[in-house]
Amino acid sequence: MHPDINLSIASHSATSSLNIKMKTGLALVSLSLILLFLALFNQIQHPFLLIIFFISTVAGSLLYTNGLYANTTAGIKNNGVMFKSISSRGAIAWVLGVALTALYILLYWYPQLLGLHDKANTGLIGFFDPVSKLLNGHAASQWFVYGVLYTLAIILLGIKFIYKYRHNAYQVKRTISVMFFQLVIAFLIPEILGGLNMPYNDFKNMWPLNYYFFYDWHIDQLLGSGSFGMFVLVWGILSVVLISPVLTYFYGKRWYCSWVCGCGGLAETAGDSFRHLSSKKVSAWRIERVLIYSVLFFAVLMTALVIYQYFTKQSQVLFLDSFKVREWYGFYIGAAFSGVIGVGFYPILGSRVWCRFGCPMAAILGIQQRFFSRFRITTNGSQCISCGNCSTYCEMGIDVRWYAQRGQDIVRSSCVGCGVCSAVCPRGVLKLENGPIKTKKLEGPILYQDGEFKIVE
Amino acid sequence: MAPKVVIIGNGISGITCARHLRKLSNYDITVISAESKYFFSRTALMYIYMGHMKEEHTRPYENHFWEQNRIGLLQKKVATVHPHENYILLESGEQIRYDYLVLATGSRSNKFGWPGQDLKGVQGLYNLQDLETMEQYTSGIKHAAVVGGGLIGIETVEMLLSRNIHVHFLVRENSFWNLVMPPDESEMINKLIYHHQVDLRLGTELKEIKSDKEGRATAILTSKGDTIDCSFVALTVGVSPNIDFVKNSGIHTDRGIIVDDYLQTNFKNIFAIGDCAQFKTPLPGRKPIEQVWYTGKIQGETAARNIVGLEKKYNPGHWFNSAKFFDLEYQTYGLVPAQKDESTDWFWWQDKKGEKGLRLVWEKNTKIFKGLNAMGIRLRHEVCNQWLNNNTTIDIVVKELSKANFDPEFFKGYEKEFQRSFEVKYQYITV
Ligand SMILES: Cc1cc2nc3c(=O)[nH]c(=O)nc-3n(C[C@H](O)[C@H](O)[C@H](O)COP(=O)(O)OP(=O)(O)OC[C@H]3O[C@@H](n4cnc5c(N)ncnc54)[C@H](O)[C@@H]3O)c2cc1C
Ligand code: SF4
Ligand code: SF4
Repeated sequence: MHPDINLSIASHSATSSLNIKMKTGLALVSLSLILLFLALFNQIQHPFLLIIFFISTVAGSLLYTNGLYANTTAGIKNNGVMFKSISSRGAIAWVLGVALTALYILLYWYPQLLGLHDKANTGLIGFFDPVSKLLNGHAASQWFVYGVLYTLAIILLGIKFIYKYRHNAYQVKRTISVMFFQLVIAFLIPEILGGLNMPYNDFKNMWPLNYYFFYDWHIDQLLGSGSFGMFVLVWGILSVVLISPVLTYFYGKRWYCSWVCGCGGLAETAGDSFRHLSSKKVSAWRIERVLIYSVLFFAVLMTALVIYQYFTKQSQVLFLDSFKVREWYGFYIGAAFSGVIGVGFYPILGSRVWCRFGCPMAAILGIQQRFFSRFRITTNGSQCISCGNCSTYCEMGIDVRWYAQRGQDIVRSSCVGCGVCSAVCPRGVLKLENGPIKTKKLEGPILYQDGEFKIVE
Repeated sequence: MAPKVVIIGNGISGITCARHLRKLSNYDITVISAESKYFFSRTALMYIYMGHMKEEHTRPYENHFWEQNRIGLLQKKVATVHPHENYILLESGEQIRYDYLVLATGSRSNKFGWPGQDLKGVQGLYNLQDLETMEQYTSGIKHAAVVGGGLIGIETVEMLLSRNIHVHFLVRENSFWNLVMPPDESEMINKLIYHHQVDLRLGTELKEIKSDKEGRATAILTSKGDTIDCSFVALTVGVSPNIDFVKNSGIHTDRGIIVDDYLQTNFKNIFAIGDCAQFKTPLPGRKPIEQVWYTGKIQGETAARNIVGLEKKYNPGHWFNSAKFFDLEYQTYGLVPAQKDESTDWFWWQDKKGEKGLRLVWEKNTKIFKGLNAMGIRLRHEVCNQWLNNNTTIDIVVKELSKANFDPEFFKGYEKEFQRSFEVKYQYITV
């Protein structure tokens, strides 16, 4: 439609051309990518170049962000989203998707190709050894490198997100929150714990998202780590049985999915340019329910087998072998689904594929959110003009408009409370709210007539 | 056999009528519309052009919805209506018989006979075809003019800006939309327009559009004698009912199709709803022709009830509306006049940065709340409506203001500041 902007990466800019700041920013980020490539093929291994990598990544992305938004007014920035290659499943999107998928495949199954070795790391992983040694005293692992890149992505693209939504305090606050949880709770503390020879622990990553929590080696490790291990064990169990249900009751699943969680954090920041790609079809909703509850069932079954085996030392129950089941889970769900498809397919399927179709934690929180939570999205009377912005930009594929135009509140188990539907609505129709469960408007359509709001049969 | 209902027009009013008919009855329902096969949201036209959405995103129902609900869709143009013989004639030559006919044909853009108004690159903005020609004629251009300072006009300006086109905006009034909005609100929008580097020309009308040899617009001539070079001209000077094809049929028309309180025309089995309908006796405080989304919805539902024999008068309740000017959201509830008259009083508050504004209007003698304008603030429809229903006095409204707050969580509150400045001015009311 617009050949001149079809190849643009600037997915939110009103301008079709890149300004000088953006160009410089992209050049710096490209330099970082080149350094990563050279490292991958073992051409460079030098702490100095690593420093250059960090500086050019941070400076490049900040410069790009600034160039993108500095001359814009505060407000919704979706101009051209449907035209640009990267955000409309164009060539750039496919290239990116393939690259990300390849990265995940290497990470999970061929880390040696990234340079992971027993003796001395080489390649990409070796390149990051100095940071790892600084933080925890050990050489880097593929997961360390992944953690560094992941955290960088959340922080830098989080800053971009904050700039983009600077008019919206809800968006700003929750993004600062996910940036904090990723940097401090998911990255720094576990690395430092590792350095102190304590069990690696991400305090916010709870069962069943953290599916190995009840694995024998993990329990044994915790039990063998004195009072700290005990604390982690008790905290992990309390999170599941007390903290999470209470917070979800008051605020809905958003307290976790779009304020705390690392998968959510990446989806909201790095995945923001792809949120509109989620399918809003009823058929997708059907697939979602089948898949997510199957994964939940799988996770619960596996954990039950693992715990049974822990206490009885019996790994075989009927035809199921506890070790096999957990191996399957790790491969199909832990790696293939959450990693390869979940993130690798961002540019094609949208940013919350894992959260929507796979995450067992989201499934549990979702059931609670639907039935035992004060959270809902309120529809503002009869102001909806059915434009479709809300549904389009709902990363969870919820057809928000369906409810809004009927005057009903949106009470859906999958809603992660990102608040973007409310932000993009041009008529001020949607508000994320907590309130008494019985005030949720589930019946509809509610029509404004005779000066009153009536449920119309 | 079930009675056959034919609805002409698949906009919000026709479609709402069809959906409610389906809920209420087993009638045979066919919707005929020329513009598109599937119902889409006209209010979202701008977002398609700006690349926020594709056309399919603006369809409120999935394509399979219609078949599932046994609502027949026909993308055809109706040529004539024959109310005495109960059939319509399509342009393609077919005749379609009906037991009930619903006319929901919407509006079309006004043109006031300007020289050059039919040139290439000159158009209104109402339908999907307009969007296509706009796409075609604005591709790669540098300058465009928008004539007419209404809601569609300012949306068109925003659309053009999204493609980096410099816009010359001709507004007849001496402040944007000041026939509808009080001066302060209007001034807020003027400022925004300037801020976006639009060449806003207030108090200026179009005289003529000039063209090149190929018949393509190249410049406009204004009432102030200026010539402005531009390769695209949007005429957004209002819309009027799209009813030419019924004019000689025997169905009474004026500017629109004349209907009574039941949305019935002079033929018992023919109804007219939405933008194309004109009330014989408008409800107090309302216009004879209502050209907004939600009234089309209510009219569609009301007509459906009357068709199946559940008598229902059109009763839309209190007036409300909303719009967005660039990044500035606007909501209104109740009646806010553009100019204050003898019997009313009002109070306008604006925050220091000039990003938010709130005006409350009340009746001077009784102090009963009459309406409000909210700029950059979201308010709760239900609460505002209750204030209006209960004849709430202005002091109570001011006191209860935060009950109506509908801004997203963590947004900065404005109520305290509003209440303080209100009290300074009107101590006598609050004590
Ligand atoms: C750009 C724009 C923005 C708007 N924004 C807002 C807003 O924010 N809020 C708001 O309240 N309102 C808004 N409106 C007004 C609102 O969209 C209209 O009031 C509403 O769409 C009218 O609906 P309708 O069903 O009466 O008619 P329409 O939506 O016009 O539908 C009529 C249909 O009938 C078809 N038709 C007509 N004649 C024939 C024929 N002879 N044969 C076959 N088919 C025929 C037409 O092709 C058309 O598809 C906006 C309008 C425009 C153009
Ligand atoms: S974005 Fe707002 S106005 Fe548009 S469909 Fe959604 S709720 Fe309605
Ligand atoms: S419904 Fe709204 S808040 Fe919930 S996930 Fe979708 S966009 Fe986010």
